[in-house]
Amino acid sequence: MGMTIAEKILADHSEREEVKPGEIVMAKLDFVFGNDVTMPLAIKKFRELGVKRVFDRERIAIVLDHFTPNKDIKSAEQCKSSREFAKEMGIKWFFEGGSVGVEHCLLPELGLVLPGDLIIGADSHTCTYGALGAFATGVGSTDLAVAMATGEAWFRVPETMKFIYEGELQPYVTGKDLILHTIGDIGVNGALYKVMEFSGSVIEELSVEQRMTMSNMAIEAGAKTGIIEPDKKTLDYVKERAKRKFKVYKSDEDAKYYKVIEYDVTNWEPVVAFPHLPENTVPISKAAKMNIKIDQVFIGSCTNGRIEDLRMAAEILEGQKVAKWVRLIVIPCSPTVYWKALKEGLIEIFLEAGAVIGPPTCGPCLGGHMGVLASGERAVSTTNRNFVGRMGHPKSEVYLANPYVAAASAVLGRIASPEEVVK
Amino acid sequence: MITTGRVWKFWDNVSTDEITPGRYNLTKDPQELARIAFIEVRPEFAEKVRRGDVVVGGKNFGIGSSRESAALALKAAGVSGIIAKSFGRIFYRNAVNLGIPLLIGDTDELEDGDVITVNWETGEVRKNGQTLQFEPLPGFLLEIVREGGILEFIRRRGDLCIG
Repeated sequence: MGMTIAEKILADHSEREEVKPGEIVMAKLDFVFGNDVTMPLAIKKFRELGVKRVFDRERIAIVLDHFTPNKDIKSAEQCKSSREFAKEMGIKWFFEGGSVGVEHCLLPELGLVLPGDLIIGADSHTCTYGALGAFATGVGSTDLAVAMATGEAWFRVPETMKFIYEGELQPYVTGKDLILHTIGDIGVNGALYKVMEFSGSVIEELSVEQRMTMSNMAIEAGAKTGIIEPDKKTLDYVKERAKRKFKVYKSDEDAKYYKVIEYDVTNWEPVVAFPHLPENTVPISKAAKMNIKIDQVFIGSCTNGRIEDLRMAAEILEGQKVAKWVRLIVIPCSPTVYWKALKEGLIEIFLEAGAVIGPPTCGPCLGGHMGVLASGERAVSTTNRNFVGRMGHPKSEVYLANPYVAAASAVLGRIASPEEVVK
Repeated sequence: MITTGRVWKFWDNVSTDEITPGRYNLTKDPQELARIAFIEVRPEFAEKVRRGDVVVGGKNFGIGSSRESAALALKAAGVSGIIAKSFGRIFYRNAVNLGIPLLIGDTDELEDGDVITVNWETGEVRKNGQTLQFEPLPGFLLEIVREGGILEFIRRRGDLCIG
């Protein structure tokens, strides 16, 4: 019986010939990590286990990215406890200050997460690395604690849903739109505890960064992870970065899928997910006509804070000004992305347009700091969630969009199509 | 695992951003977390919830972030377990790891303020002499919850190279 990529990775990591959906396996992990929000609780649980050492100090990362640069005394204390633990345990991969980036941008960029890996991270968007052909999933702090102690985790083997994208992408339609369309179609529970496997000629055409945007949001459909079979693009991306050996898995021809969904993307346009669920998708042609006035635009995050995303935003913002009464916040997701944006002149374009540039952090995405919304305020954001209170006051509103749409909206002060700005 | 308590009824798609909003996630202290449970969307919860009470959701309870604070806050607040039509999967796993029992099924019959007796192992819920049947956790997960959580479960199994 054939297996999917996800099943093969779980089988290999639990030393089995094969696994079937529904089985529970104890599996060896290739890499685990946490951040300043989830790490302190994981450390407490780790201590409760009475373990003296971590399973492997080179397979653990601590990324202080959420409330950093420390926004207040409490967040400083959270970071301090994580830092002290890293020192005590000799954790090799520790990031803060000038070395930190949003974890899901940083770890692939540094070649710490690789094809064929089995990865858990105490952050729900860990599924991002599925874009490299890894089985990567978000867990809580207790799972992280156990993983740091044992190097293992239990998994219930998920069924896999295959999504095939064919046709031709129209201008301004990005990986973000593909995944938003998909979530709009199947709903926020549409892939509950399933693996989403993204394939088809449209995925082959997408860059690795765009693929990461898609896999990043698999969790917003309830999925365990969102996997893309590695190809030449993947290998080109990882070869120059990889810090370890890795293995490429591909789904068998006769692999069994829970469901196969095919899309023709030719008529798709950019979409905006309206409050308060990522499934509330509206095509931009319709959304732009609704005259939805906005107060803030955020371009950044583990979903859309990479260099290609900033290039898209700059393409729209070049020579433009941010509308009066609108705040545009741009946050490159890693130090490398920041450098590139600086050297390519993108930062200059943003500053000239009237944007404020933040240091790499998750900050505003989770309503943490550096761009929290007041009651009644509306934001267009390139992030992944628009739940009640996500970016601030429970009576604020978040509209999710791709960087082109976000930038165009900043210029016009309302939800707008890129075509309205670029004539 | 049989408990009696009042129902706190919630809506569909309650996200972890509603249970413990992002910017309050600056502590690992369970009691402090208990005080922020539903702090913005239902501020009276933390003050009025009593040991043994049951949180009841609709579809997709606990979707979103992996923050374990959401499950931990409810546990620390004294909630005996959670019943919903379905759960966000990371929240579900976190709850099990923390030893919080869960039931799945149609929650429309359960209303805010109902006093219910729940058998978390069989899935039977008694309300005013009436019995409703829910789906309990599957075997392996129920074992973890019976032990009080994954840490206790692992310790009991002795599956750790300590030292």
